[in-house]
Amino acid sequence: MKRIRFWGTRGSLPVSLTAEDVRRKMVAALRGASGRTFASNRDINEYLDGLDLAVAGTYGGHTSCVELETGGTEHVLCDLGTGLRPFGQAAHKRRRSGAPQTFHIFVSHMHWDHIMGLPFFEPAYVPGNRVCFYGGHAELEATLRRQQDPLSFPVGFPALQADIEFTRLETGRRYDIAGMSVTAKLQRHTGDSYGYRFESGGRNVVYTTDSEHKLVDPGETASFVEFFRDADVVIFDAMYSLADATSVKMDMGHSSNIVGVELCQQAGARHLCLFHHALSNDDEAISQLLVDTRRLEEITRSGAPLRITAAYDGMDILL
Amino acid sequence: MQFSSRQFADVAVAAPVGRIDHAGAAAFELALSPLLAQSGTSKDALVLDFAGVEYISSVGLRVLMMTAKQMKGHGARVVVAAPQPVVAEILAISRFDRVIEIAPSVRKALEWLSAPALAAYVAGAAAAP
Repeated sequence: MKRIRFWGTRGSLPVSLTAEDVRRKMVAALRGASGRTFASNRDINEYLDGLDLAVAGTYGGHTSCVELETGGTEHVLCDLGTGLRPFGQAAHKRRRSGAPQTFHIFVSHMHWDHIMGLPFFEPAYVPGNRVCFYGGHAELEATLRRQQDPLSFPVGFPALQADIEFTRLETGRRYDIAGMSVTAKLQRHTGDSYGYRFESGGRNVVYTTDSEHKLVDPGETASFVEFFRDADVVIFDAMYSLADATSVKMDMGHSSNIVGVELCQQAGARHLCLFHHALSNDDEAISQLLVDTRRLEEITRSGAPLRITAAYDGMDILL
Repeated sequence: MQFSSRQFADVAVAAPVGRIDHAGAAAFELALSPLLAQSGTSKDALVLDFAGVEYISSVGLRVLMMTAKQMKGHGARVVVAAPQPVVAEILAISRFDRVIEIAPSVRKALEWLSAPALAAYVAGAAAAP
């Protein structure tokens, strides 16, 4: 694996900035620039690069879709949220003229926000392309077909002219897919969800979203610690605060930044990437979450440092 | 983790000491259970004196949340008192400080909760050698 690229990082529902949100960012950026002069666009970009993402950009609003660049010619993705649409457009531009493309897509589960990008995934409509879906649910194919039922969407599933394949994965078994070793793990979520561990070229990435970790069952905790063991990156559902996850949002199937840090520290993981941001968290709130999580890691560290990032649409992690 | 508790009028003050980590959380929960059973459906409050707590993990915080929910269920209040700086930071990062009352000292917590309990506490402190 060479790189992770995030196309959608939001949980539950896509969100977008309002005109007021953009104006607030501009006011903050201009206030920060007071008294400065910029001789060139380069100077401006250097200034913007020094600002927090909540001011100079946005974490974005597409729902879950993460690309793993393997270095090979085939594409590998996790989930089919609305981030799949911009990925599809980019993949279409990247392709060599007329050459068919292959996409391997690992689906955590079929809740709406994780599949709603498929009807807008242009490469799936191109004859000759190949789209391979993988998941732990027996109902994966039926759910994706139902999503494009005429009552829900005007273009039916049969209009997807690419070669479509479905493979049901067994948990705990290693599969060789797109040059990677892939293992699926059952997670606690309404209707079940599956996390995936990808291993290739000495790099290990864990994609674990929509997973509620209570850490009250030592055996279950140990199994996730093992799943995360020595991972280079853990893409982790940190949707709720721990206070919410243990009270008003308990049993809603999501975890917190605190639990993410604890599991990654126990597993010796190197990088925790906060993912599946709550709708209620605006850019400032996510930036604060990142600051808080880095501080928690610092005050609880007993071994090697754990790098912490908060995923945003368009973010790259080089492996 | 060690644990002790004292009753001041209508407020119990419980003092865990050590790390409420994944191993200590079960002991913390076990130690709290008689106090919760004793409180029954009364409105007697609980102060958790965290001055001796060095660290609390997510599982320990979960026990704290369950305790607070159980107490609030019958109209009783729970206050965490005198957390060490690291624990105070963890309470803030977990957003527990938004749902559980946190006092800078046991005395301040008793001031908030009950005049008789505060009087008993002050009298006890004055009588101490």
